[in-house]
Amino acid sequence: MVRHTLLPVLLLLALASPALADDPVIAIKNHQFVPAELEIAAGAKVKLIVRNDDPTTSEFESTELHREKVVQSGGQISVFIGPLDPGRYEFFDDFHPETRGHLVVK
Amino acid sequence: MLATAIIVFREVLEAALVVGIVLAASRGVKRRLVWVSGGVAAGVLGAMLVAGFAGEIAAAVDGIGQELFNAAVLFAAVAMLGWHNVWMSRHGREMAAEATRIGKDVLSGAQPLYALGLVVGLAALREGSEIVLFLYGVAVAGGYSAAVMLVGGALGLAAGVAAGAAIYLGLLSIPLNRLFAVTSWLVLLLAAGMASQGAAFLVQADLVPPLGNTVWDTSRLLTEGSIPGQVLHALMGYTARPAGIQLVFYMMTLVGIGALMRFLPHRRRVVRV
Repeated sequence: MVRHTLLPVLLLLALASPALADDPVIAIKNHQFVPAELEIAAGAKVKLIVRNDDPTTSEFESTELHREKVVQSGGQISVFIGPLDPGRYEFFDDFHPETRGHLVVK
Repeated sequence: MLATAIIVFREVLEAALVVGIVLAASRGVKRRLVWVSGGVAAGVLGAMLVAGFAGEIAAAVDGIGQELFNAAVLFAAVAMLGWHNVWMSRHGREMAAEATRIGKDVLSGAQPLYALGLVVGLAALREGSEIVLFLYGVAVAGGYSAAVMLVGGALGLAAGVAAGAAIYLGLLSIPLNRLFAVTSWLVLLLAAGMASQGAAFLVQADLVPPLGNTVWDTSRLLTEGSIPGQVLHALMGYTARPAGIQLVFYMMTLVGIGALMRFLPHRRRVVRV
C-alpha cells in the first residue's frame, strides 16, 4: 500500500533526475560494505537494496534501526528504512561482526 | 573457529532457553520428552528446508517473504505459549495438588503437549535456519577448513545447550507444587518478547508503522549484543531501543494472555455446575 503512494513520488523524481529514482544499493564485498557510509534525507522512506557479492552468507543487521535480514551469497534483499531523524545509524553483518557501516541521515 | 563458535552460540542460545523453560513447564508430565525432542527434530529438519529455499522465501511477496516468515513463526509460537498458559491456569492447580498428594514426579494430567512441542519446533526452525545458512556459507567459501568449522559449530552448539540446561536445572530446584506458577510467568514473558520481535519484522516489511523508532535507549546500560543482553532478549524480549509498536505488541500479549488466564472459567467450577 505504501509502495503505491511512494510510486508517484519516485516517478516524479525519475523525471527530474534519473539517478535519484533508483533505490540506494549497498554491496557486501570482501567483508566490507560498499559504500560504508550511505546518506539519506531526514524524514524520507527509502527502500535499501543490500547485495552480497561475497561467497559467504551475511545477515544485514542494525540494532539502532531494528533491522535484520539474511542475505545469501550472490543474492540481494530489500529493507525499508525511515522516515528517520537526522543522525548516524550503525549497521553490521551479524555473521561477520567486524563488517560495519553507517547510515547518515541529514 | 572462535568466531564460528560465537555466532552459532548466539543463535542456539535463544532456542535452547526456550527448550529449557518448556521442559521445566512440562515437568512430571508423561511423554513430554517424546514431544519436546520430536519438536526439536522436526524444527531442525524444517530449518534445513527453509535454508534450502532461503532465496525463494526472501524474494516472495515483493521481497518481504523473509519478514513474513519470521513474523508468522513468532506469532504462531506466541499463540501456542498462550494456549499452554491458559490451559495451565485451568488445570495447573489440580496438577500441583496431585503432585503434593502423591509426592511423585510423574503426573497423570494430560497437558496439551502438542502446544509445547510446536513451540520448541518453531524456535529450532527460526534459529536453526540461520545457523544452516551461516555454516553453509562458510563451508562454500572455504575460508576455514571444514573440520575447523565443524569444531567451532559444535562448541557453539554445546555452549548454547549448556545455557538451556542451566535454566532447566535452576528451575528444577523449585518444588513441583510451586513450579508451574513460576513457569507460567516465564512463558508469559517469553510470549510477550516474541510478539515484540514479530512486530519488529512487520515494521521492517513496512506493514505496520513503528510508532516511534526509539521510545527509550538503554544501550549504555546493556547492549543487546552482550551475553546478558542476549539472554534477557531471549527470555523477556529485552530491546535496548524499542520501537513504539514493539511495546504495543508486548503489552497486548501480556494483557491478552493474562486476561484469558484470569477470566476463563477454571475447570473445577465448571465441574461443580
